Amino acid sequence: MISKVIETRNLTKRFGDFTAVDNINLDVFKGEIFGFLGANGAGKTTAMRMLCGLSKPTSGQGFVAGFDIARQQEDVKKHIGYMSQKFSLYEDLKVWENIRLFAGIYRTKNHEIAAKTDSVLAKIGLSSERNALVKKIPLGWKQKLAFSVAVFHNPAIVFLDEPTGGVDPVTRRRFWELIYEAAADGITVFVTTHYMDEAEYCNRVSIMVDGKIEAIDTPQHLRRQFNANNMDEVFRKLARKAERNDNG
Amino acid sequence: MIKYLIEKEFKQIFRNLIIPKIIVALPLMAMLVFPWAANHEIKNINVDIVDNDHSAYSKRLINKIAASSYFVLSCVSSDNAEALKNVESGQTDIILEIQPDFEKHLTVERIANVMISANGVNGMKGILSASYMSGIVDEFASELNSEQISTAANRPTINVVPHNLFNVFMDYKVFMLPALIVMLLTVICGFLPALNIVSEKESGTIEQINVTPVGKFAFIISKLIPYWLIGFFVLNFCLILIALVYGLTPAGNIFTIYFFSAVYILAVSGIGLVISNYSENMQQSMFTIFFFIIVMILMSGLFTPVASMPQWAQNITIINPLKYFIQVMRMIFLKGSAPPHLTEQFATLCCFALIFNIWAVLSYRKCK
Repeated sequence: MISKVIETRNLTKRFGDFTAVDNINLDVFKGEIFGFLGANGAGKTTAMRMLCGLSKPTSGQGFVAGFDIARQQEDVKKHIGYMSQKFSLYEDLKVWENIRLFAGIYRTKNHEIAAKTDSVLAKIGLSSERNALVKKIPLGWKQKLAFSVAVFHNPAIVFLDEPTGGVDPVTRRRFWELIYEAAADGITVFVTTHYMDEAEYCNRVSIMVDGKIEAIDTPQHLRRQFNANNMDEVFRKLARKAERNDNG
Repeated sequence: MIKYLIEKEFKQIFRNLIIPKIIVALPLMAMLVFPWAANHEIKNINVDIVDNDHSAYSKRLINKIAASSYFVLSCVSSDNAEALKNVESGQTDIILEIQPDFEKHLTVERIANVMISANGVNGMKGILSASYMSGIVDEFASELNSEQISTAANRPTINVVPHNLFNVFMDYKVFMLPALIVMLLTVICGFLPALNIVSEKESGTIEQINVTPVGKFAFIISKLIPYWLIGFFVLNFCLILIALVYGLTPAGNIFTIYFFSAVYILAVSGIGLVISNYSENMQQSMFTIFFFIIVMILMSGLFTPVASMPQWAQNITIINPLKYFIQVMRMIFLKGSAPPHLTEQFATLCCFALIFNIWAVLSYRKCK
């Protein structure tokens, strides 16, 4: 039996009388690349923020890396990496300084930080930008850096909120190679995206509509189930019935 | 963990294009310019004299007034009505009217009247100029007395010789400088933290921090320590400046000043951090800290003594940390007070520091 890294039971988040996340049940297994899909406003980011311990559930339960997301947020945080939709590393710090800061926060030993920084920068091809201020480097590089920072401390699971938004196809492809490498290292990947070709790269995907999970399976099974040629069609068929999103 | 966070704060502060410059410019401004501007001594009072006597004595009195450094003889009017018009038009601040037969009354009856009318729009200026004027008139009278001592019947005169304790020459700057240091520490160590956490909220970087296991206490400490060190830099910079420029050194022990500053900076930085935690954006935070700092400065006794405020206003100053630190600084600087005389202020400042910083830790929420 493969262990579950994420497990939620009727997880719900309400803001006033608006139910952003409506009774979702989700199991994500160790080493998986899990695609968390949904239209804008479907509640993906809210659900992800609850799983990361940034937001308290209104009701229901959730466990991440074995810790209760309603009560043990700080324990959850020790075992996860997170890359937010909006780039949120320090723009006024240099590339290596951002890595050093977050490595230090996760209590990486001082002498390990320098060596590991070198290997990480080599891997993402930013060795020559080591001393550049982050605000000076292009978006695609920033995203790769943010990803490296999110997995620097070898978390059990990494949450990626639209990591490839606004990035060119070549960098996007390279980014997915990084995701596969992380998964090969045993890091579970939980990723949201709007690119349906990326959904095909995932081991399993779920599709959220109006705060509920409408489908959850492997891309192959979903295509068969919805009688579609690709994930794009599956997504359209499901998202059509959405009432609260802006792009139907 | 804290080490890395503090390192990051310093890098951010020193990379900022404006903050390091302001940290140097503000003390220069406050120490070199403010003491001359924030001065309660009134000088250059425009005086209008209505001389109805035109005698030798009246001329002598006029010369005496004109020679004083407080008064400028702006005009000599022929009657009171004309002088009043000058007050209305703003050319004159005070009128001295010399009665007809001033000299005659003085020599014969040994009593003569003059009338002083001061413009009371600026109450403080009016009162002070009237009292300076009567001082000069008194002096003139006693001069006449002493000249006639041999001739006329001796009158006992009592001369009051003022002796001012602690600030012998009643130099306003000596009184203001220690308090201006406090104001400066309040502005720098209050504003910067108030803008700090909220700027991380605006740029989104706080999200990346909140998703890490960084402790709330560690986070707040890492925000406090840089401002604490900056505060010490500013304090020493000010102390050196006023020693060099004004030759003023604290009468008390400098370590007492350090000791109190250490606690005080924590208290104001704590206020800043609390405000930053509750604000959603820079505008809110800026506006709020501005409000508190203005109120704290005006109600601190910096410019106007707390003792002369109405009771309800005095009650408000009880919760003003600035008031206590200004008292302490003036006492150490001017009277050389030692810690045993300052225990009440010390205890109060410690309470403020504790309350605000515990509040800052509690109000920092990693999870909504």
